[in-house]
Amino acid sequence: MPDIIKVTNLVKRFNGFTAVDGISFSMPKGNFYGLLGPNGAGKTTTIRMLYGFSPPTEGELRIFGMDIATEWRKIKTKMGICHQENTLDPDLTVEQNLHIYAGYFAVPGKKARERTDELLAFFALDHRRHAKVRELSGGMARRLILARALINQPDLLILDEPTTGLDPQSRHQVWEKLEELKKTGLSVLITTHYMEEAERLCDRLVIIDHGRIVVEGDPKTLKCEHAGDRIVEIVGPDPELRSFVSERRIENDDLGTRMLLYLRDGNEVEDTIRERFCMDRCVYRGSTLEDVFLRLTGRELRE
Amino acid sequence: MTIDAGAISWRFFRVWKRNLVTYQRIWKVNFITPLLEPLFYVTAFGLGFAGLIGDVVYGGTHMSYVRYIAPALLAAAVMNNAFFETTYTSFVRMYYQNTFDGILATPISLEEVIVAEIVWAATKATGAAVVMLTVLGLFGLVTFPGALMVVPLAFFGGLAFASVGMFFTGIIPTIDMFNLPVFLFITPMFLFSGTFFPVSNLPAWARPLALAFPLHHLVELFRRFCVGTHETATWISLTYLAVFLVAFVLLALMSMKRRLIQ
Repeated sequence: MPDIIKVTNLVKRFNGFTAVDGISFSMPKGNFYGLLGPNGAGKTTTIRMLYGFSPPTEGELRIFGMDIATEWRKIKTKMGICHQENTLDPDLTVEQNLHIYAGYFAVPGKKARERTDELLAFFALDHRRHAKVRELSGGMARRLILARALINQPDLLILDEPTTGLDPQSRHQVWEKLEELKKTGLSVLITTHYMEEAERLCDRLVIIDHGRIVVEGDPKTLKCEHAGDRIVEIVGPDPELRSFVSERRIENDDLGTRMLLYLRDGNEVEDTIRERFCMDRCVYRGSTLEDVFLRLTGRELRE
Repeated sequence: MTIDAGAISWRFFRVWKRNLVTYQRIWKVNFITPLLEPLFYVTAFGLGFAGLIGDVVYGGTHMSYVRYIAPALLAAAVMNNAFFETTYTSFVRMYYQNTFDGILATPISLEEVIVAEIVWAATKATGAAVVMLTVLGLFGLVTFPGALMVVPLAFFGGLAFASVGMFFTGIIPTIDMFNLPVFLFITPMFLFSGTFFPVSNLPAWARPLALAFPLHHLVELFRRFCVGTHETATWISLTYLAVFLVAFVLLALMSMKRRLIQ
């Protein structure tokens, strides 16, 4: 299957600062592809290059097999973009936002009205059709941004942190809508800070940090490889536990007041740990993408 | 920073239309200004001020003071409408409302957005000129059908002032700093472009300065068609405004690209 996005040695420098430092990845058609990384990792810069807003310093960027530098207009006709910030037109109503946006894609009037009706129904915004954008709640505004990104029936949807700042209800609703879109075979590139979101939606993902790719793969394999099959979190580890862990060569992160042990199937130390070291508090849990993320990008604050 | 000619197409019209749709929601309020402004000036200068100065000698003819300033008021309204649209209003769209970011995610280029903003500002300025022209016509202060030439000329002049405004939007760091170009460029131009007194009344050293103002040339063109007299040759005024327009469209495109594309 042809790649929808193919990025080769992409570099972006601003006044001597390297925001993106030679990343390469390809995204197959029909994929939900995640672009993860801490703040300042280069996610948004990459996205801005992907939709032709920011010219790359070096490297090549092909979408639908075409070069974004020269065929940007053709590419953008079949692309939908959902910005991190609210870029809805506050001067217009919900419906007008979609109509005017359809005009930017030169969607004919009749088609634009049909598409508007479909999208308003799909995103449960029908009843707010004539509302001003500033009267919408955060969740509704986000759904309208999504609807707007789909007005041209794109083959590729780019979502930059689609659920940041939403309450759990709205977030789950957005996820459900995205899952429905996934079933239609739409290709989606998504950036997010929520590992739960990435785990739920993404077929494959790439974690970037300091402008470089740290790891690429599907969520399940990444969890197995980087965070074990199960995790034991022990609060208040003592020297005895520490020596036990190093003796048995158990993969771990020692955070001082807390210790995380990454256990693999076939490693029969769990019972021993339970009997000997769980004096204070122990949590047994499965590994998550968040564990992978923290292990690979570190725990220190970025800003 | 280069300008790519392939990035400018008819699609700019879609962005122009967006501004029109937005404007339709507030046009009633916006039409009050060009409707009342000439009334205020005509009353103030016609009833209050004209008694002090009597007639004006301009281009070899005598005319009433109100008739002298009427075309200048039109030209100043074109300047203000165009310049304030591409400065404060465009800045709000660009910076506070992220409107441009939304548009630039579509097959529309930044060049088209800029061109659309400039053409829209000129459209709005022309609308204001038409309203004012009607009011001034009812007072018999302009002569028809010659005065109808104001309509295309207002659009042309509007493009020029919108372009210079857009250029400032490209270089100004924060919105409150627009006070500088308004105070140093718009206000002196409003006062010294042969608007309220003929440039020939200025001392010899100051005359070339007044002739360097684009507003002076728009005023001259408007006077020629509204009251039939002028002091600067029409071809000079037209050429000056055309050169000014081309130069500032290019500068506006460059400054906005430098500002927004990183």
